[in-house]
Amino acid sequence: MYNASDLRKGLKIQIEDEPYIVTEFQFSKPGKGQSLYRCKLKNMMTGVTIDRTYRSGDTFRPADLEERRMQFLYGQEDQFCFMDLETFDQTFLSSEQVGDSKNYLIDNLEADILFFGNKAIGITLPNFVDMLVTIAEPWVKGDSVSGDSKPITVETGYVLRAPPFIEAGSKITIDTRTGEYVTRVKE
Amino acid sequence: MLQAIRLFFVEHDYLEVETPHLIPAPAPEPHIDAIKAGDFYLHTSPELCMKRLLAAGYPRIFQLTKCFRAGERGNLHLPEFLLLEWYRAGLDYRALMEECEALILSVSRSLGKGEQITYQDTEIDLRSPWERMPVRKAFDRYASLPLKTALEKDCFDQVMVSEIEPNLGVNRPTFLYDYPASLAALARLRRDDQRFAERFEIYMAGLEMANGFSELTDVREQRARFERDRRHRHETGKDVYPMPESFLKSLDHMPEAAGIALGVDRLAMIFTGMPRIDDVVSFTPEEVG
Repeated sequence: MYNASDLRKGLKIQIEDEPYIVTEFQFSKPGKGQSLYRCKLKNMMTGVTIDRTYRSGDTFRPADLEERRMQFLYGQEDQFCFMDLETFDQTFLSSEQVGDSKNYLIDNLEADILFFGNKAIGITLPNFVDMLVTIAEPWVKGDSVSGDSKPITVETGYVLRAPPFIEAGSKITIDTRTGEYVTRVKE
Repeated sequence: MLQAIRLFFVEHDYLEVETPHLIPAPAPEPHIDAIKAGDFYLHTSPELCMKRLLAAGYPRIFQLTKCFRAGERGNLHLPEFLLLEWYRAGLDYRALMEECEALILSVSRSLGKGEQITYQDTEIDLRSPWERMPVRKAFDRYASLPLKTALEKDCFDQVMVSEIEPNLGVNRPTFLYDYPASLAALARLRRDDQRFAERFEIYMAGLEMANGFSELTDVREQRARFERDRRHRHETGKDVYPMPESFLKSLDHMPEAAGIALGVDRLAMIFTGMPRIDDVVSFTPEEVG
């Protein structure tokens, strides 16, 4: 159990059977009064943010969260399927839960799937993912208008900017936190 | 700033004093927790010792001292902080308010800040008279429910922090005064209305700066309040300190007086324009390690 004095940004607690993460936290204590712990909490399943004020003496159950390393198998309509490499259990995330991560979901990619109890609720990708470039306009030497980058498309359909020398068929590394090109992968 | 504070008190015939940091029996305030240090506690304020000096015949005393409170850490709180505390015999809380006005204006002038300062885009005119607002009126004006209801629902502190405090001390400092009797550990009750204590807080730009009051000098009443607060501490699972008997014994000889404690770090925030208490200390507890 956590006490009110354990509250801080990033702490994950359970409220009415749902996991919440503290996104903002402020300690206050009006003149000779009791300690108040004012929090903004984000529901980790729905994304909805709520305001709560706690007092000393309040206690909280830690959110029953677990991350499991899983492999991406396939995406189908709004569902993305992942498999546990040890137990071969399969689980699904909705496209809402996957969010922008779907830009980097290539077959066999391993990622950390967040579980609340038995329910998969989120995904954390590796920071860097190598992907195949499927579409890239040829580089016209001397073209100064497009500057030092051009749009390219990778195997998931994600479009980003890369240096002019990147061609279709190249492999590149993308930073999944920023969505930006990092480097060309040497074969 | 510390020199400017000392200068004001010396000019007003105050004696600077020192009292022990290590004390056996802190005042049993319901919501202030002392840090244990061996067989003693680190003082949470020099209040009880300074009142003993008052009782011993020193009518005007001030002290600048580090105080220590467990579990207090936030944008406006450090577990170790600098407190200015002063007492003056023969004064009541209303006369003390006037002295506060004079002190802050004097410090501001000494610092070359003049009579009007700006804190975080809020202009504050320090010239007397500051705003004076009874607690009950502040609830009527700013809160979603009246004072009486807030006390019954046990949400006084919550409403104070979220609905009232942000409105106080804007344009000029505010004295919020006449606190409910239940929220006074060591303050005298109003003679004409026992529901309220002669206690006030100073607010500047929404920040609580100081807490002062007319001192309670009735030993029996003081002992009863300490017992009430010790019971409360026991019921809420907090450390129950020994009864401060030496203080109670000296209370019989204590003259009518008013006293106040002012957060010096927060005053430094006001005069330097800094948003967090961390910005005005050399090292925070997290940095000192």
